[in-house]
Amino acid sequence: MAGLVIEREVVIEAPAEVVWRTITEPDQMTQWFADRVELVIEPGAHGYMGFGDQGGPVVVETVDPPTRFSFRWNHPPGEGPVAGNSMLVEFTLTPEGDERTRLRVVESGHELRDWPDAEKQRYADEHRGGWVEYLDRLASVLVGRKS
Amino acid sequence: MTTTQADDELWSAIADPSRRRVLDLVVRNGEVSASWLAGRVPFTRQAVAKHLVVLEQAGLVSRRKQGREVLYQVDADRLDQATRALADLAAQWDRRLGAIKRLAEAAHAEAKKKRRP
Repeated sequence: MAGLVIEREVVIEAPAEVVWRTITEPDQMTQWFADRVELVIEPGAHGYMGFGDQGGPVVVETVDPPTRFSFRWNHPPGEGPVAGNSMLVEFTLTPEGDERTRLRVVESGHELRDWPDAEKQRYADEHRGGWVEYLDRLASVLVGRKS
Repeated sequence: MTTTQADDELWSAIADPSRRRVLDLVVRNGEVSASWLAGRVPFTRQAVAKHLVVLEQAGLVSRRKQGREVLYQVDADRLDQATRALADLAAQWDRRLGAIKRLAEAAHAEAKKKRRP
């Protein structure tokens, strides 16, 4: 899924430190993510995430508590995860007051950071609503045109 | 989550902003030719032709000949399939974020209770 971009966010009534622990501690991760999580939260650490009898390697990229955490997964077995063969999952935590945190997740196979700044800006402008909204909008135009 | 060649082509096709512009125009205007498209975007006819090839490979547009002209139109089923696949993935992340929210809020409430018994 080299070109895929998914962006979602949620507002949580808890401090960023608490949200950080929830998304990074393996025994917490098993409660919202994979059935089996073997992961050391350090940049460059290789781990494993299991979903039932399926699963695969994971490589941690960014660990910047309590605001940024990212990892790569879905790369082909036997290959190292690099841009183009894997999906990058990036969590961004933004404190909104003492007891509220905005948590944003972006899963992408596209190397936005390799793009020229102008292109990135245009992408961000066009994509505030994310891909789901983009495709929904196209689909609704189609339906509208048919009827 | 499994990834297939077809998915890769699909998402790569949509990933490029210029290509989305071309796709947008095809969706909005029904059957159009490459030269009609080239008159409405700020890039060359060659670039438009390349984008159309990628969109066609991804199954998002199909073409037919009408006299000397080649006309392109969107494949509604494929677009619909892409929309649903993406909505599924987005829903998966919504469920995960929802679970994170419940866990973090419960942990926070628990910690507060302990601090002020």
